[in-house]
Amino acid sequence: MTEKPIQGEKRVFMTGNEVVAWAALAANAEIMYGYPITPQNEIMHYWTRLAPKHGRKFLQTEDEISAGFTTVGGVLAGRRSFTATAGPGNTLMQEALSMAEMMRIPIVQVVTQRGGPSTATVIYSQQEVTMTCFGGNGEGARIVYSTSTHQELYDYTIKAFNTAWKYRFPTHVLGDGYQSKMRESLTMYDPEARGIDMVPTEPYVGNEGTPGVDRDPNHLRNTYNTEDELYDVVTNLMSDWEKYAPEIAEYQEYDVEDADVLIIAHGVVTRAAQAAINELRAQGKKVGHFRPVTLRPIAEEQLRKRVEQAKSVLVVESAYGQLRKILDNALYGLTTPITNFFKPGEGVTADEVVEEVNKLL
Amino acid sequence: MAKGVKLALAGEGGQGVQSVAMIITEAAYEDGREALYIPNFGVEQRGGVSVAYVQISDEPIGSPKFKTADIVIALSDRAVRRTKRYVGENTTFVYDSGIEGVENDLPTNAAKVLGIPAIQVAKEELHPRVFNIIIMGAVIGATGVVDLDRAKQAIEKKLGYKFEKDPKLRELNFKAMERGMELVNKEL
Amino acid sequence: MSVATPQMPQCWRRETKAHKFCPGCGHGLVLKALGEAIDELGIQDKIVFGCDIGCSLLAWDFFNVDTVQTHHGRTTPVITGIKRANEDVIGIAYMGDGGGYAIGSQHLVNAASRNEKITVILVNNTNYGMTGGQMAPTTLPDQKTETSPYGRDVKDTGNPTQGPEMVAAITPESAYVARGTVSNVRQLKKYIKRALENQISGNGFSFVEALSGCPTNWRTNAAETWKFIDKAMPEYFKVGEIKVPSEKKEG
Repeated sequence: MTEKPIQGEKRVFMTGNEVVAWAALAANAEIMYGYPITPQNEIMHYWTRLAPKHGRKFLQTEDEISAGFTTVGGVLAGRRSFTATAGPGNTLMQEALSMAEMMRIPIVQVVTQRGGPSTATVIYSQQEVTMTCFGGNGEGARIVYSTSTHQELYDYTIKAFNTAWKYRFPTHVLGDGYQSKMRESLTMYDPEARGIDMVPTEPYVGNEGTPGVDRDPNHLRNTYNTEDELYDVVTNLMSDWEKYAPEIAEYQEYDVEDADVLIIAHGVVTRAAQAAINELRAQGKKVGHFRPVTLRPIAEEQLRKRVEQAKSVLVVESAYGQLRKILDNALYGLTTPITNFFKPGEGVTADEVVEEVNKLL
Repeated sequence: MAKGVKLALAGEGGQGVQSVAMIITEAAYEDGREALYIPNFGVEQRGGVSVAYVQISDEPIGSPKFKTADIVIALSDRAVRRTKRYVGENTTFVYDSGIEGVENDLPTNAAKVLGIPAIQVAKEELHPRVFNIIIMGAVIGATGVVDLDRAKQAIEKKLGYKFEKDPKLRELNFKAMERGMELVNKEL
Repeated sequence: MSVATPQMPQCWRRETKAHKFCPGCGHGLVLKALGEAIDELGIQDKIVFGCDIGCSLLAWDFFNVDTVQTHHGRTTPVITGIKRANEDVIGIAYMGDGGGYAIGSQHLVNAASRNEKITVILVNNTNYGMTGGQMAPTTLPDQKTETSPYGRDVKDTGNPTQGPEMVAAITPESAYVARGTVSNVRQLKKYIKRALENQISGNGFSFVEALSGCPTNWRTNAAETWKFIDKAMPEYFKVGEIKVPSEKKEG
């Protein structure tokens, strides 16, 4: 048995893509399936170098449709399996993700958002929010974590496996090209040494014993015959999802208690929002930041509470309203005015946020 | 010890811009400071202007990119034009004085505009290949973002394997860094 | 200081030269062969040129012909769609080995099977260039790439794909299939011309693979690059005409 890839704690300085590969290793992921697409390629590069040393596996598939379905396969075999993609690759994976939603298959997908739509840029955006939360032909029975630092990329990649296997929904780590390519420091650790319980996996197929003799066969389907049959299936699926949502939802609040202007932003834009707030607060201005850490399920109750308290809301995203749409859904009925600061495909700096907030004060 | 600094470094692909940025950032990290470095990147594997964004601070760093730099270093004519957008009234703009045809493109709104003959010094006194290390020296001289010893350690870490094969390279690189510091301090 | 302008095919667009491919890339040579073929056949006004995603995408403004940049692996169906809607165009689908043999393989197989009246030109450099050098269907055994860092293990991932041979096997007699190389541009041009003629005459599907180089990701110098294309690759990828509709086959 090979020894653990990370022993104890280790302070390191590396790119986000490298972080993801190490986190998957630390989480005991057994197999990665993937296909080249910028900006996630280095996740594969690091994984292919590290995997053989730790008895893990890899296959580069013929495309992302296959990468999605082979990852489903890995999970069905009872192994922690993951894939990583971006942009048009994410689009192709939606078919497999819909299957995973319907059949409660806990695949882990890392998304390193790039510009969209179509090929756009290989660089950065927050334009895969809608797709990652609601892609495919399902109802969005998914869990989506949006990270903002390398420490979080590490923490949440490990967590994604546990969340997925505990609740049996596809779970996504939503990063972006900036996080993938930038270098900053973090502490890597062995999750079990930190007291994190790694949720065990179990095979859906290929178990011991002869089916029909020693045990029942496992017959997995995703096809139904009548409307009312499907109605039951989907309402059960979604009521399960809704039942778990409150324990899964995560958020972060920064200076919100007395905020007149409430900034709502997620992912890497969090950093610009909070740096802006530091500057504005030093000038005595009352600004705060509500950060959804899970975009799906979103922490609706807490979000509504803060929005109601505020005099005005500023939504900041590197997309053209993908976060805003989710918020509108969650905030229905509230009358706090909301202003948009949309920068599709472009990074947001603290200076820009300060300028936008000042327009509202 | 200097406070936070935002550095934008740009040049033609192959001039060693990313290497310099990486060494400086790692040196700051080893110093226990907060450091973040991100390269620009597009679809082309080669060609285009190479830009590195480096932030070093005692506080956690905000967004990976920034609007205005504290110091901009431009190593080619295209880099001069490409980096003008990062210049503000408090920015120090450093360029290689050997670059031709940029007199009209230099920023007029910077705090300081310094031309240093890095390419020339590399060719005449040291070796063309250490041109980017001279620039690194200039960055350290202008910002004080890491001290000379820490910088030397960082170079050793990244290029040490080359120095093993040819110890004279160590001498050359360290000299280049010191020369870069001298060149910029002369202008300041 | 003036620089002598190199000889370029007439249908090349001057304003977008010098092109953006890496120094030493084979695309420039393949596109030159294609450009000359177009000039010699006098069909510049009829061409619709589709490029894939990958290094081939850099050809989107290369020619003075109508061009569409598609998605990775989807150039074949887009050009098929155009050709079926307007049979007067000469449709060229230009792609790399990933776009043709991996993500685009199902489209290639089906277009070939249906004997679509289009011309597919596939540039084979044994890796995914634009994304940084990952393994491709045509990566050679033991070849190191970013996703086969210890060398391609054929027991695990199979042997290099022989695309033209596959296309030849599944197409009817009226298809033209060949494999050329940038180490013999004259021959490559001849094959491309014959491929286009097969489309012009309404005969059937035409497919030309071009062996090409990627010094950037192979991390080879000029001599090593040339040796790989000229000596190593033809060990696995036979250069020559593989299927010719009539007796025009090269001896």
